[in-house]
Amino acid sequence: MGLFFDPFDNLLCILLGISFTVWFTLLLVFIIVPAIFGVSFGIRRLYMKSLLKIFEWATLRIERGIRRSGSNRDLDSASEFEMSDIFYFARRGVESIMDDEVTKRFSAEELESWNLLTRSNYNFHYISLRLTVLWGLGVLIRYGFLLPLRYLHYLQNQSSILLFYPPACRMKNFLSEKVHLMCYRICVRALTAIITYHDRENKPKNGGICVANHTSPIDVIILASDGCYAMVGQIHGGLMGVIQRSMVKACPHIWFERSEVKDRHLVAKRLSDHVEDKSKLPILIFPEGTCINNTSVMMFKKGSFEIGSTVYPVAIKYDPRFGDAFWNSSKFGMVNYLLRMMSSWAIVCSVWYLPPMCREEGEDAVQFANRVKAAIARQGGLVDLLWDGGLKRGKVKDTFKEEQQKLYSKMLVGTQEDRSRS
Amino acid sequence: MGSRASTLLREEEIEEIKKETGFSHSQITRLYSRFTSLDKGENGTLSREDFQRIPELAINPLGDRIINAFFPEGEDQVNFRGFMRTLAHFRPIEDNEKNKDPTASEPLNSRTNKLLFAFRLYDLDRDDKISRDELLQVLRMMVGVNISDEQLGSIADRTIQEADQNGDNSISFNEFIKVLEKVDVEQKMSIRFLH
Repeated sequence: MGLFFDPFDNLLCILLGISFTVWFTLLLVFIIVPAIFGVSFGIRRLYMKSLLKIFEWATLRIERGIRRSGSNRDLDSASEFEMSDIFYFARRGVESIMDDEVTKRFSAEELESWNLLTRSNYNFHYISLRLTVLWGLGVLIRYGFLLPLRYLHYLQNQSSILLFYPPACRMKNFLSEKVHLMCYRICVRALTAIITYHDRENKPKNGGICVANHTSPIDVIILASDGCYAMVGQIHGGLMGVIQRSMVKACPHIWFERSEVKDRHLVAKRLSDHVEDKSKLPILIFPEGTCINNTSVMMFKKGSFEIGSTVYPVAIKYDPRFGDAFWNSSKFGMVNYLLRMMSSWAIVCSVWYLPPMCREEGEDAVQFANRVKAAIARQGGLVDLLWDGGLKRGKVKDTFKEEQQKLYSKMLVGTQEDRSRS
Repeated sequence: MGSRASTLLREEEIEEIKKETGFSHSQITRLYSRFTSLDKGENGTLSREDFQRIPELAINPLGDRIINAFFPEGEDQVNFRGFMRTLAHFRPIEDNEKNKDPTASEPLNSRTNKLLFAFRLYDLDRDDKISRDELLQVLRMMVGVNISDEQLGSIADRTIQEADQNGDNSISFNEFIKVLEKVDVEQKMSIRFLH
């Protein structure tokens, strides 16, 4: 018995040894070296192009059964009080029940073409054998190959953070910047994120505030792999907390206790102190306050626009065909979300650095915030909404209802006055 | 299981809903995915809170009355069939339906049924009459605090005076129909779909 196993053992060892070496070399050449120097081989872009061709084919198969028709909505305008005035409110109400602008921003975008991920096709059912086979193949590739590959890269990243932890010395800032960039680039490759940066001449400078629309925690990785920022946010527990604490050691970030966040003056003071110090890195803020599903930009909270320094807007737009980057925090925790990210096809996004903006004379913080928001929405091709992202979790304020009532009353009172005159 | 893809509608159910409400197959599936996206508890029914989570509905002055229309007397949950039955009232009336078999039961989106839906929005206690008080309450919902009690009262009085025919100082359903006979109910109480 023993005789049989020996040659196999040997063979096994040799095979393992070879595969490790090959793997390690590939890793070094294709991942780590480009990450250090910030260059790219273009492999991911090739991958992206081939994926797109496959998706187009899959979509055509599905579209054969779907009939599309146009729509037109009639809008009502009541002008006098009649019993029929109620029709206007009833119709508006039922229309919003059937479909509304806001709640759909808090769940993943529905795609017109299917990207072979069941999670993005809500009406998934059996259509044809070929399509199912392709989907099955996709599952195999994503979970059997891409996911382990990316997870291993991520582990690599962890080990390199530990290896390259910069000692306290004069070169600390310079070194830590380089190390950070490298780590984020490795993260980016771990997620197979294909990022296109536009207008890099407008990149945020020290002493400014960088403002961007928020879709997921990956936004941070994407922006930070192209420049160094000081982060602002609440101190979290768990995995995020560990990451936050380790980041603080390398460069100054601004983390708040939850209780402090309520005290807006304290927050504003810390931010303006940081901004005034020109040697400190630009602050990265997401004024929406919560993750939105990347089809729209919701209300910007005015806090960061009151500080009075230069604002560098950045628009981030993900291509939903390759994987949905939106983090629905009420549905998935962080770990679940990362798992989904790592098992998508790829994360393709475009980042536009918009020209810096300053608050103008006679413009208050809210108007400034809206101006910046409009610029970001225009550049990213997103819908510019006035609704508050806080509606994800909270109720809408009564003031909006009161406005509606006021409008209707104005119509009525107007006609009453006419009546009394005639 | 609670995931979206697994609680798919069966073909027989879709057929039944089609017969009852007149919606097309694609409209039903689309509304089903809307139903499931509103159903945060993932138990196959909607509660009043699920509706109130829609901001555009929450700011509608008659939002609560509309939400109430979905729930039958005394119940707190509405399933998909009930949801569709109520939405069916807003389906546009197609031309080929106007010449349907008169012995068949009236479709949910007929003119009469649309008017019944609106009538029920006014009729707070479901006693098939709109009293002066009920009219005042609904008016108050629509205008908020911007009109005085006296003005509102006079609007209500005028409305009842014009509509009431049998002198009981309230509006019955038939009187309601009579008042609105010249109004294009079909157009005002219909919603065109995007699909």
